[in-house]
Amino acid sequence: MHSASSANTAGPEPRNLPRRRFVNILLGTGLVASVASFLYPILRYLVPPKLPDLGGDAVLAAKTSELKPNTAKTFRFGTRPGLLVQTAAGEYRALSATCTHLGCTVQYRPDLREIWCACHNGMYDLNGRNISGPPPRPLEAFDVQVRGDDILVRRKQEA
Amino acid sequence: MASPASTIRKWLDERFPLDDIKALAEKKKVPVHRYSHWYFLGGMTLFLFGVQVLTGALLLLYYRPGADEAFESVQFIMTQVHFGWLIRSVHSWSANLLIFMAFAHLFSVLFLRSYRKPRELTWVSGILLLFLMLGFGFSGYLLPWNTLSYFATKVGTEIPAQIPVIGRPTLLFLRGGEDITGSTLTRMFGFHVAIFPAIATLLIGLHLALIQWFGMSIPPALEVEWQSLAPEKREVRFFPNFVLRELMAWYVALGLLGALAALFPWGLGVKADPFASAPAGIKPEWYFLFMFQTLKLIPAKVLGMDGEMLGILAFGLVGAVALLLPFLDRAKPFNTRRWISGLACVFLGYMAVMTVYGWVAK
Repeated sequence: MHSASSANTAGPEPRNLPRRRFVNILLGTGLVASVASFLYPILRYLVPPKLPDLGGDAVLAAKTSELKPNTAKTFRFGTRPGLLVQTAAGEYRALSATCTHLGCTVQYRPDLREIWCACHNGMYDLNGRNISGPPPRPLEAFDVQVRGDDILVRRKQEA
Repeated sequence: MASPASTIRKWLDERFPLDDIKALAEKKKVPVHRYSHWYFLGGMTLFLFGVQVLTGALLLLYYRPGADEAFESVQFIMTQVHFGWLIRSVHSWSANLLIFMAFAHLFSVLFLRSYRKPRELTWVSGILLLFLMLGFGFSGYLLPWNTLSYFATKVGTEIPAQIPVIGRPTLLFLRGGEDITGSTLTRMFGFHVAIFPAIATLLIGLHLALIQWFGMSIPPALEVEWQSLAPEKREVRFFPNFVLRELMAWYVALGLLGALAALFPWGLGVKADPFASAPAGIKPEWYFLFMFQTLKLIPAKVLGMDGEMLGILAFGLVGAVALLLPFLDRAKPFNTRRWISGLACVFLGYMAVMTVYGWVAK
């Protein structure tokens, strides 16, 4: 008993320091891990969940009687606006109405026969191609199907 | 050339009294004696309040007040948002533990007689904080807009309406109209997230400042015993000794909250329908249960007086006595000291019995 304690007091440094470090590492790792486990749910919580997407469903964009040649209307496509255009030639075109530049909603300009974004003067042609101004990408084009009086729009099916 | 750290330190020293604060923290001591573990309860209450602020702010990111949206938005939090169930359940559990802790803190301060001169204002601010916490509980209860919360608010706002003269205006003020509608929800939401937090910030600031100013009270019953201890055994340093212990307790509390929320997540119930009947066995939160049960037991007429009225008056009186307790504790003209502890014991027993009775009663 006596010899053990004297051995301890003779050399506490080299024996005890690694032990202390070991305990510190053990406690520190546990602490960091538990703080991470508190923070992780909070960080995940901050990211809003994705709202259910439309998927392959078709949307009734308009009735054929609503549009005349060289006019357009915006319609709800899932959670975002879509733009349905009847060209001067009478064809239907459906596109995403969200400008690819900074997200404003675009409109059809009958005088120019082009799609125009009022926010920063971006221009798209009737296929959705960005032709002038700041937009970096074309507008997404949708499939249009006329069934009786209904004009149905759906996402383009991947070929 | 000075290191960047010391340059920043020097810049800060000239503009912020960091050293003064450090010196103050190092000087601050906490007495050690047989009852010093009770000193942790106030800090625990403060911690749970912090949890409420954090989780409440997180819930505000998705919650929408309004009779058409509130229930749906809480449902969205519970089912769609990642860990939304956890955040809301921690908020509810922490709210309940906070009220419990505040009561425990109150009674520990009462029995240790820490409210006496010069700490009367610390006590008064504490009682006001307890009332405020009950207000938080009441206003927050309506926010999910479910059947239980709808009727709890209906009954809860009906009670002050019994008071003569100011009763009706109070009811109209609390409800934002004759009935519990979306307007009531808007008001309770406003109280819960803006008005009460503002008052709480002021009161907690005052409460803590007073505690810092006067230091911890030594229970008079232990004064002699404590004085006889060796000077180095009488106190520990607030920083780091006391703070580290408090932090350990907080850490355990956080773990407990997480476990409670995960094992017993808070339910949502059924959306409030103003035209549905009150469900059987409807009860308020446990901390209102002793008052609820008392009001249920009082006969309609007591000595020609309205029974409900009598109950409300009695609880009002208890509240007033609690608020003014330090000023009622005096040796002259007659000694009230022993009475205070005795009456507090009786009231604590009454609360406990009535709460359990209210819990099991049909």
